[in-house]
Amino acid sequence: MIKKIITLILILIPIKSFALIEVDITRGNLDPLPIAVSPLSIDEKSKKSFKKILNKKNIGEEISNIVENNLRTSGLFNPLSKEAFLQAPDIANLKPRFEDWNLIKAQALITGKVSNVDQKLRVEFRLWDVLAAKEMLALAFTTVPDNWRRVGHIISDKIYERLTGEKGYFDTRIIYVAEEGPKTQRIKKLAIMDQDGFNNKFLTLGNELVLTPRFNPTSQMVTYLSYFKNLPRVYLLDIETGTQEVVGDFPGMTFAPRFSPDGKKIIMSLAKDGKSDIYTMDLENRIVEKITNHPSIDTSPSYSPDGEYVTFNSDRSGYQQIYIMKSDGSDVKRISFGNGLYGTPVWSPRGDLIAFTKLHKGKFYIGVMRTDGKGERLLTENYYQEAPSWSPNGRVLIFYRETKTDDKGEGFTAKLWSIDLTGYNERQIKTPTDASDPSWSSLLSN
Amino acid sequence: MTLSKIFKNSLLVLTACLVLTACATKKEIATDIKGSMQGDVYTGTDTVEYLAEGVPDRVFFATNESILTTASRETLRAQAAWLRKNSGINIVLEGHADERGTREYNLALGERRANAAKDYLMTYGISSDRITVLSYGKERPVDSGSNPLSWSKNRRSVTVKAN
Repeated sequence: MIKKIITLILILIPIKSFALIEVDITRGNLDPLPIAVSPLSIDEKSKKSFKKILNKKNIGEEISNIVENNLRTSGLFNPLSKEAFLQAPDIANLKPRFEDWNLIKAQALITGKVSNVDQKLRVEFRLWDVLAAKEMLALAFTTVPDNWRRVGHIISDKIYERLTGEKGYFDTRIIYVAEEGPKTQRIKKLAIMDQDGFNNKFLTLGNELVLTPRFNPTSQMVTYLSYFKNLPRVYLLDIETGTQEVVGDFPGMTFAPRFSPDGKKIIMSLAKDGKSDIYTMDLENRIVEKITNHPSIDTSPSYSPDGEYVTFNSDRSGYQQIYIMKSDGSDVKRISFGNGLYGTPVWSPRGDLIAFTKLHKGKFYIGVMRTDGKGERLLTENYYQEAPSWSPNGRVLIFYRETKTDDKGEGFTAKLWSIDLTGYNERQIKTPTDASDPSWSSLLSN
Repeated sequence: MTLSKIFKNSLLVLTACLVLTACATKKEIATDIKGSMQGDVYTGTDTVEYLAEGVPDRVFFATNESILTTASRETLRAQAAWLRKNSGINIVLEGHADERGTREYNLALGERRANAAKDYLMTYGISSDRITVLSYGKERPVDSGSNPLSWSKNRRSVTVKAN
């Protein structure tokens, strides 16, 4: 249980302050905010002790690197080169000389300090508005040293929230499928990593094919499809204990699982006799309910955040299209009417949008539409890409992309990519192996 | 209707038929040269294995379809005859899709294709007890190419001996 491990203590309380700088999150990265991330200062004694514990030369620098990297990849900030900094980190943290930071065109400044307090890692940081010459935020954390990367992510989230007015998404993890081997015989394993690609861990050995892992709302459980014993079924995995169990006892392949927003149910498809319908199973009382009943393929179900509705794709019109219905299966309504095929609808955590994959004229798109199907916006086009998953604040989508092979059938790759809802800031997320089917966790720290 | 009118009409039909046949022949030759596809259904033998002499192990499908072609039905009738002769053999029908679809939909599509084969075998007297259906979606292509011919080989239902 991640929350248990961390023992995080927030000491200082946010400040009364009147922000002058504000980052408009809806505008994309046209004009990222210039920000100076001064390395967190550290006294010699603490530096030596953390070098021993964590094998890191300067843990203050390491943590500020995490913050800087997070802010840069968000596309909303432009961290300035440290070589231009005039003021030493320890002095800047006491009282920045705003003229110096103004000179290098920084609009915001982050300073801080790391120390060893009873073998614990204590980190304090401050966010400054350079033009107004004011402190905007000051917080301190004390935690076990092993949590140093998470501290960097939590600081990033606090800064993001203070400057954009919305929750961040840095203290999160991605579960995905790690892929290796030739295209005709892929070996697939469940893997988990921090949102920035660090702390990668494999959760299965690759003995059986696994697909489409998805977190529960607390990000401690994962539901996925496994071909264990050549019986493709939906499974449940407890990340902390490693316990796996099959979900329910169905007379055919179960697939496309997701949790309900309260985490109490799994919604999935059952394929039988050439038809695929949507079912739910309550994880406590094991009661199974059939939600759709149609000779077509109904799959890829995803709940609205309030649990009242479900979006899914179906080929009942003859082709794969997106539908919504009440979560009891009533009031089925088709919402996608554009040219092409539509699949993998996922309801945004804010509730107002549905992200999807679209296939049109041999190209694959990741896009979003409103829940009534209007306002379709295609964010990215490629040879093959699918399966978007939302960041917990609903601002970024992660998905996977596959490459075309050459004449000899070689050169196939599968990688994770992210893109902002604005359609800007497309980035590959580095993984040790090829990767697909990403699912974004909730914020781990709040 | 006068006799002459009937004669005129049938003549018209006859001419139309002739024109159509000519077209069809031309088209077939063209696709044959291009590579073993009719419409976008694979008709070649590149990846096909045999359960016994004259009994191909697989049938192919058009994009997004699970309808059995004439050739597929012929293959399945041969499989059914072979299965009737070898009553101790059980089979797994492995349904597959090409890479040009979303993963989850393709899992369902593979299941639908394998079931199309299963239904046909059952109408030719093979008991459902002897048949297991297993969909791989797009997870196990036979051809790793990214072109229409490769995709056509991958849209398939393969009959595999289970014992």
